[in-house]
Amino acid sequence: MFVARSIAADHKDLIHDVSYDFHGRRMATCSSDQSVKVWDKSENGEWHCTASWKTHSGSVWRVTWAHPEFGQVLASCSFDRTAAVWEEIVGESNDKQRGLSHWIKRTTLVDSRTSVTDVKFAPKHMGLMLTTCSADGVVRIYEAPDVMNLSQWSLQHEISCKLSCSCISWNPSSSRAHPPMFAVGSDDSNVAYGGKVQIYEYNENTRKYAKAETLMTVTDAVHDIAFAPNLGRSFHVLAIATKDVRIFKLAPMRKESTSTGPTKFEVQIVAQFDNHNSQVWRVSWNITSTLLASSGDDGCVRLWKANYMDNWKCTGILKGDGSPLTGSSGQPTAMSTVVGSSVQASQSALNGMSAGRYFFPPLDPPRAGTRYGHLLPPSSLIENCDVEPIQPQQQVLPHRLSSRALLPLPEAEGQ
Amino acid sequence: MEEVDVEPPVTVSTGSAAGKHLGFAWGPGDILVYETLYKASGMCSPFIHEVRKDEDIYSPILRKLFNESHHIFVGLQTIREDLPSKNKKPQFVSISKNYRSVIRACMEELQQVAGVSILLAIELIWNLCEVLFIDAAPAGSLLLHLLDWVRLHKADVDEKARDVLQSESPAEHESYWDVVLGYVLQGRLEEARQMLVKQASLHPAARNMFKLMDTLLSKMPFYNPSGTQTLTEFDVKWRHWHEEVDRCLQDNSFASNQHLEAICKILVGDEDTLLEHKDLLSTWYHFLVTRLLFCHPTVKPTELHYYAQSCLTMFLDSRSAPEPLDSILLAAFEFDIHQVIKDCSIALNNWWFVAHLTDLLDHCKLLQSHNLHFGSNLREFLLLEYASGLFTHHSLWQLAVDYFDHCPEFGRVYLELQIERVPLDTERKALKVLRICEQRQMSEQVRSICKIMAMRALRNNRLGSALSWSIRAKDAAFATLISERFLQDYCAKGTFSDLDLIDNLGPAMLLSDRLTFLGKYREFHKLYGEKRFREAAKLLLSLMTAKIAPRSFWMTLLTDALPLLEQKEVSFQDTFDLQKHTCVSLQEEDIEVTKVELLRLALARNLAMAIVKEGTVEA
Repeated sequence: MFVARSIAADHKDLIHDVSYDFHGRRMATCSSDQSVKVWDKSENGEWHCTASWKTHSGSVWRVTWAHPEFGQVLASCSFDRTAAVWEEIVGESNDKQRGLSHWIKRTTLVDSRTSVTDVKFAPKHMGLMLTTCSADGVVRIYEAPDVMNLSQWSLQHEISCKLSCSCISWNPSSSRAHPPMFAVGSDDSNVAYGGKVQIYEYNENTRKYAKAETLMTVTDAVHDIAFAPNLGRSFHVLAIATKDVRIFKLAPMRKESTSTGPTKFEVQIVAQFDNHNSQVWRVSWNITSTLLASSGDDGCVRLWKANYMDNWKCTGILKGDGSPLTGSSGQPTAMSTVVGSSVQASQSALNGMSAGRYFFPPLDPPRAGTRYGHLLPPSSLIENCDVEPIQPQQQVLPHRLSSRALLPLPEAEGQ
Repeated sequence: MEEVDVEPPVTVSTGSAAGKHLGFAWGPGDILVYETLYKASGMCSPFIHEVRKDEDIYSPILRKLFNESHHIFVGLQTIREDLPSKNKKPQFVSISKNYRSVIRACMEELQQVAGVSILLAIELIWNLCEVLFIDAAPAGSLLLHLLDWVRLHKADVDEKARDVLQSESPAEHESYWDVVLGYVLQGRLEEARQMLVKQASLHPAARNMFKLMDTLLSKMPFYNPSGTQTLTEFDVKWRHWHEEVDRCLQDNSFASNQHLEAICKILVGDEDTLLEHKDLLSTWYHFLVTRLLFCHPTVKPTELHYYAQSCLTMFLDSRSAPEPLDSILLAAFEFDIHQVIKDCSIALNNWWFVAHLTDLLDHCKLLQSHNLHFGSNLREFLLLEYASGLFTHHSLWQLAVDYFDHCPEFGRVYLELQIERVPLDTERKALKVLRICEQRQMSEQVRSICKIMAMRALRNNRLGSALSWSIRAKDAAFATLISERFLQDYCAKGTFSDLDLIDNLGPAMLLSDRLTFLGKYREFHKLYGEKRFREAAKLLLSLMTAKIAPRSFWMTLLTDALPLLEQKEVSFQDTFDLQKHTCVSLQEEDIEVTKVELLRLALARNLAMAIVKEGTVEA
């Protein structure tokens, strides 16, 4: 991993959320400066701000894109107790030439009486639906019945969760076997109030959302929650940011044909990581859910990956260095750590664009003490791995260190 | 203690020290990272950092590697399963060689830019795997293959030899003996002898000694796998030669020339002497192969690991530890394929190598699969990783499609998830993506892509394009909406745009009522334009009576009917019907009075004409 470029966001206050559009060619940022900015990626990969406007009268917590089937549509939510829907209109041609776009407010959703903490569009197969949750513990589901008229949104469902809500996530599965379902997390820190993650499922018969499950083991404040793409599986995978990172598996139990109640789930924890050693604030999956990223009070973003044996491990860390950045864009800084024993010097020049994390450089005498970093990096292939919490992997340094000529493992010494 | 197993952290520059958080957002091939505070408000660094996962994908030279290995991969997948394995082996070896030649071609190109070392290591490992696993040479041939392997990857002897030979007096060149020894260590005895001739001519007094060495070198037996000689026969012959060399050493035949003495000791396989030439061997695996050549030329595959382990230990001094490459090669010598793949995935940042090698080994039936509920087997896991990486690239994603196609378990789901994210920058690109989805019956993706394109066209007021995309998406609601726009446009401007499309709707017209009406209405205009008034009138009437025409459009239709009513050859036998419709529309909408008056007049005149006409015929 390397920092490919840095973008001067130019917000006048804290950035709260950054969101990619579906194709990854645009992004939106929102900030305490009450504005939202839209950025477009040019051919050469540079980001250009094409719109920036004041959206709310308070900090903007989240910004999110609708699926492009519905056009270019954004939703934002704010401390000012509202959520808003924005649509890009195709403007004058000279605006395009100047690289600007126009966004107009289509609606303001004012039903909440407290700060709106999260806003998410429902999966596209459900139509154009928007969900908000707020600090007063209410989840609201709105629908735009006419996708060509985004100024009309009707409040379809209002679900009281009884606890201050901080985050929502829709189950993205479009399988007919899975009724619409979302999870909502609460940041109420009182452990006595029980489970902080609730799962709601749509019931065809009552046409209402009903609580299907509460994750009773998650009693601490929950800050973020994310369903993984389904991959055609029968069960669902949910990542939770609380005092640690947790991954749950929710397997629907077989329903009796006469039963009309919500699906019951067999809840199983797949992984739990306390590496952040602190509160975790965000969790998010990549497109194919092979990687989970989390961000915590330790100031780091950590990447988690399952190997082919379904064992989860940390495979990468991003952290700030605390130093001010001067330029607005940088050369790729390849992270090439070097050690090896045997390739000719003439061919060993380090080069950012050549391959690896580990180069095989000249006849440098190998340095003891540097080696574990190289021998024990994040293999997603390493099989046996204790999941909670993960242990340093030592088994990859196997029998081949048996020779007494070699240094013993420092880890082994420490044990 | 923490994360010894993690790649070194990536540092992003942030404006302030501790206490701040990092926020992030996943993109297709990168993560955006920014500084934020989740708890309170306060100032933060205003920068967003784009962090990429896989830098190799963007290397222009490695592109060649990706492109060309893709062809080999696809070819390998089509090798028929039912061939007897004996016939397949040469095919697999040749595929393996093809992969390696692609790596070599890339290395040559990279040489100009430097930074070739990772490819060099990859090729070295691959070549060894080819010898040991794919070719699986038996005792005798095994050593010959290993010699080739070392010769190929330790080519600096030839460079040095060139220097020496080009100098004025080769035999006095400072590297002269290095070259001779280098040749001997690689078992290139013919070349060593030719070099020695030059030295011999400088020392006429030592002629006999040089002659003896020449004889020893020329007599050293090499196993010939295609010959008639059995391995035992070869072994006997070799032992005989070995004893002869040993005798020369005992006799101190070369005592007066330290270089020849050293060569003799090497020939007899003296470990200490070999280790004295570490700098010429440069690697423990060269040492291993040389040692096998002069001590155990009939080594069996199963014995390799013993020699490999001891050579590694002897070669690396006490201060140094084995490096990733060493561990990987050692695992290969131990025939631990799984370990090789694991170590390679750790040591190499990109998935190209492990994915392709594993795939090939799997085709050779060398991997037991590891089935589990979440992932599929190792081969598929690695191919999925590699292909997902390719998908983040703006053009390489097309290669990835074939890789996904050959992952039976999750390939399709991954392709579905990835392909719908391919940016549809142009219609051409959209059609390309669409074709891939259509070939694989990915109907939901096909629908979604068409819908996105239709929406985009509509937003840009390109009605024709929007209509054809929504017809392709079979999106009735959207087709209705766009047809409506067409009709509105017509009402406003009196002309149609995108005539080509509307004229050629064909059966697609039936997608929605409104679209049908649009098509038929346009047909009416065409008939009218061709002065086929009777047919035009009939069509118009049928549009109204069949209730396909939207109510809001009736007035327009009736206005269109006006000139027809006045035409001599048209008599509306169903004028009554038309009148009925007029009445309905008049009741429901307030319409300009003059227009209505005109209509009434025209209808009445037409009716009169019809009555007169009919009366005339009867009479």
